[in-house]
Amino acid sequence: MNVATYTRFELLRTLRNKRFMILALGFPLVLYFMIALPNRHVHSLGGTGISAPLYLMVGLVTFGTMNAVLGAGARIAAERAAGWNRQLRLTPLSPRAYFRTKVLTGYMLALLTIALLYVSGTLLGVRLSAGEWLRMTVLILIGLIPFAALGILYGHLLTPDSIGPALGGTTAALAILGGVWFPITNGVMHDIAQVLPSYWLVQAAHIGIGGNGWGARGWIVLAIWTVASAYLARRAYERDTKRA
Amino acid sequence: MAALAHASPDGVGVALSGLTKSFQGEHRTVHAVRGIDVSIDLGETVALLGPNGAGKSTTIDMLLGLQDPDAGTAHLFGGEPKDAVSAGRVGAMLQTGQLIRDVSVRELITMVASLYPRPLGVDETIGLTRIDEIADRWTQKLSGGETQRARFAIALVSNPDLLVLDEPTVAMDVESRRAFWTTMRDFAARGKTVVFATHYIEEADAYADRAVLMAHGRIVADGPPTEIKAMVGQRQIRATLPDAELPDLEALAGVTRAERRGESIVLTCADSDAAIRALLARFPDARDIEIAGAGLEEAFVELTGVEDGE
Repeated sequence: MNVATYTRFELLRTLRNKRFMILALGFPLVLYFMIALPNRHVHSLGGTGISAPLYLMVGLVTFGTMNAVLGAGARIAAERAAGWNRQLRLTPLSPRAYFRTKVLTGYMLALLTIALLYVSGTLLGVRLSAGEWLRMTVLILIGLIPFAALGILYGHLLTPDSIGPALGGTTAALAILGGVWFPITNGVMHDIAQVLPSYWLVQAAHIGIGGNGWGARGWIVLAIWTVASAYLARRAYERDTKRA
Repeated sequence: MAALAHASPDGVGVALSGLTKSFQGEHRTVHAVRGIDVSIDLGETVALLGPNGAGKSTTIDMLLGLQDPDAGTAHLFGGEPKDAVSAGRVGAMLQTGQLIRDVSVRELITMVASLYPRPLGVDETIGLTRIDEIADRWTQKLSGGETQRARFAIALVSNPDLLVLDEPTVAMDVESRRAFWTTMRDFAARGKTVVFATHYIEEADAYADRAVLMAHGRIVADGPPTEIKAMVGQRQIRATLPDAELPDLEALAGVTRAERRGESIVLTCADSDAAIRALLARFPDARDIEIAGAGLEEAFVELTGVEDGE
């Protein structure tokens, strides 16, 4: 059995889905150029020493990658509605391998999002050291793990009709409360933000603007979200399977 | 291990024993399958014949391991269904199911083939299922019948030892049907075991070695299709004929039963050809004559004496 071939076509077919590509990849890019381009000469945003193109780049990287990885849920919901998951259960593809293809596809799309935004940022004058680029990227990819599990959970709970609004609402809420759009540095909002995976994803991306990444707290919060989402996703999958 | 997996000591492909399944319906419990025993030898082509609601699809789901039975067991090649599926020995075309979108038919076949240990070639499969003309189309652009043919290709590309088809020809036109059955026969001729569900007695008669007749979740007959056909393949002659006596009609050649419905008569026939000749010879004034095959549902009522689900 060769899961690589299956994953390759899975990715190909996602890239061909225009609606998804426009929303998941096109939207952050357009937004980036719309805001960052007119402000490309703002070198110190509010006296922070961080340029507008850099600040917006790291913000949109978190938003874009979150969307890219959660998008697996929409594909799972569509496959369930089509009865394709039943067909797959009659192949030697194990549930574990099935989820691997979904997660891998989501990650490939996240990498594509990251690459496009990095290139766009560079075009608008963003300059970081190789170490910063790398550390930021690796930590973002780790921070996306709970989102991959959440996507699978949603895919097995919801129908194609309801998953669009559900994913949109979830990313919007996680983005705002996690400080993707506006920095959250103190108060109750900060306490709330710290228990959300999106906050730590933002911290990962903020390595690009001089952040330190995660302390123990970040790792623990992300681990809890990952374990809880994965457990619930597994339950939802099993319930789905029983219903056949 | 591979050698072991292929050898089935007793030569049995499918063994269903005491298989039972109920569902909680909205108002009552639906007893979909009520204790089924079937044994299918390797290389056999068996039709699971029955009207809608007979329990064929539920039986197939349990046979494939998609649903667990309430009682009884299903075994494939002497083991659990899931083991046969994991070993890539089972190919199936379920009754319902769409294809995933944004791939061509050829790509989809390639995708599915990659999941199996010893698949057929993609081009070989396309040739075998005669879908060359749709191979490069997007899956979402196919008609209902074309989708069915692509789904058949997906079931075949795994090169399964057991091929299971649930009402495979439902959305197909006449020509697609013919092509479909030709392919199925060619494939069965490779020594494969084939189980297909149908509610067309003609399909069972033409393409199966054996027919298992199901009604209301039970097996009511199991034997050569010709025998089953003789049991259920009766035809009815209807005609307007006010002045004929029922005993006279029943005495006609080929007629097994005569009924009167107002001015009309209904003759149930074992041999409708003989009966129509005898009818016209004896009653030349019979008019509005219709000859129709009795539906499977009627035949089952006849066979089982049961009208309803109970």
